[in-house]
Amino acid sequence: MNSIKKYLGIVWLLLAPIVIFFLVAGAVANIDAAGKKDINNPIIWIIIISIFTPIAIGLMIFGWYALKGEYDHLPESSEEL
Amino acid sequence: MNQTITPKTIRSVIAASSVGTMIEWYDFYIFGMLAKTISTQFFPEGNATAALLSTLAIFAAGFIVRPFGALVFGRLGDLIGRKYTFLLTLVLMGGSTFLIGLVPGYKTIGIAAPLLVLLLRLIQGLALGGEYGGAATYVAEHSPANKRGYYTSWIQTTATLGLFVALGIIMLVKLNMPDEQFNAEWGGWRYPFWISILLVAVSVYIRLKMAESPLFSKLKAEGKTSINPLKESFRHKGNFKMVLLALFGAVMGQGVIWYTGQFYAQNFLETKCNIEFEQSRTIMLWAIAFATPFFLLFGWLSDKIGRKWIMMLGMLLGILTYRPIFQTFLEDTEVVSGLNEKHPQPGIVKIHTDNKNDSIITTTTPHYSISRIHFYTQKTDTIYADRSMRAGHSQEKIINKKLGQSLYWKFVGLVFLLILYVTMVYGPIAAFLVEMFPTRIRYTSMSLPYHIGNGVFGGLVPFIGLLLTTSYPADPLVGLWYPIGVAALCLVIGVIYLRNKIDKDVTD
Repeated sequence: MNSIKKYLGIVWLLLAPIVIFFLVAGAVANIDAAGKKDINNPIIWIIIISIFTPIAIGLMIFGWYALKGEYDHLPESSEEL
Repeated sequence: MNQTITPKTIRSVIAASSVGTMIEWYDFYIFGMLAKTISTQFFPEGNATAALLSTLAIFAAGFIVRPFGALVFGRLGDLIGRKYTFLLTLVLMGGSTFLIGLVPGYKTIGIAAPLLVLLLRLIQGLALGGEYGGAATYVAEHSPANKRGYYTSWIQTTATLGLFVALGIIMLVKLNMPDEQFNAEWGGWRYPFWISILLVAVSVYIRLKMAESPLFSKLKAEGKTSINPLKESFRHKGNFKMVLLALFGAVMGQGVIWYTGQFYAQNFLETKCNIEFEQSRTIMLWAIAFATPFFLLFGWLSDKIGRKWIMMLGMLLGILTYRPIFQTFLEDTEVVSGLNEKHPQPGIVKIHTDNKNDSIITTTTPHYSISRIHFYTQKTDTIYADRSMRAGHSQEKIINKKLGQSLYWKFVGLVFLLILYVTMVYGPIAAFLVEMFPTRIRYTSMSLPYHIGNGVFGGLVPFIGLLLTTSYPADPLVGLWYPIGVAALCLVIGVIYLRNKIDKDVTD
């Protein structure tokens, strides 16, 4: 199980930039000054990309920790944290 | 320590925490549910500044301010205590809700109206961000190890009950007055905001009488509280890796299951299936009423068999059944064929003149389909006053579908299933989060992942749904791939990385 945790860490590491890429691509494709839908509104995209980027970075860090074996053993008590 | 807490005390603790949290959810929901009327009163169309403020009020409050509130109040809760912090969030939430109900409309005070509403909405988001972590921590720190899941599951009922109360009060007010009176500047839509102050006053009174969490009091007496909870939570690797695990292995999936089961479903019934206002609301109300006890059941069960597998099963069921359930909603409300044309009924014609002097003729005709759905077709003809324009414009749409009895209860059953999944992922999660983090930084550490999972991942369900529907218009259910995808990712991470062990000792 620990090997699976580590190998999947690479997937989480790669997934984060892919998510950001799709969000930016979605913004470029859908922002439209003449459009009336939410997805045409640049402000909403700015809010979403700016809140999602740190979350995606968090996913990368999670992947990195997994790859480094940080989750092989979860703490049993607060002293181990 | 827990031995000194009597059953009466724990009942008071649960009641004080749950009622307040429920009221906060109620306050937060009524703004969203009355968004259409609020936007007419405060954010008029055609005004670019008002449109920008409206966007910020809707999106910034949920996505940015809620997680920020989790940090601000989480820190405060770990520094000065749980009781005073979640008392403060309650007062802020109740006060801002009440004040939204008092802000005069755009017609009266101009741009000051949307500015004030935006400010108050942001305070609401901030307060909500700080409330949940405090309530969950407060109850958990009073609970014995073998009942922690059950006792904290009372807190978990509050989000759904807040939705129930909000739906019920708005429906009650709306059904007791004509639409014009409800939507007027000082009309019925303000009542749910005003009612909030009474609910909050009662809840503040109850909470004031409560004592501080025994675990936090002990830490404080020993001088062991955290000096910098934010730094300890997010810059200390040992704890930060658990914050990330909580977010990606549990709360992210919980957020999308929670949002899809309650809000996406309601919106789908109203806008995609075109079910009339009262029926779509009562379907939700019945389903919530039947499903709510299951929060307690799964909280209780998590004390017996662990938290992990119950939450994972809820996500798995959502992943497997969302598309079939929503497909059934669509198919059962399809009325393309089967019009009872042998007995056509006369339409009701209304004519009014708009501000360009164009005449709008609306013909509303009742129908009865073979699938036992009453519905109306509404044909709108426009005769332009300006003769140089086209001779006229006509469009027809199906509105206000009303389901027959058997179909109605079938829909209640299906929505009940959706909310049952919510109870599985949401019922045990407070105990799960509390057990992951140490007392001195618990409020901060559990609040942030919760509000990112719930507010950001859950709150994005309609936006990403719209994005997908626009990109792939051939599939009316394409929007469901977002919650299904996020829940699937969370399920994989949760199954592989999480442990099913119940932490017996949360005093450390």
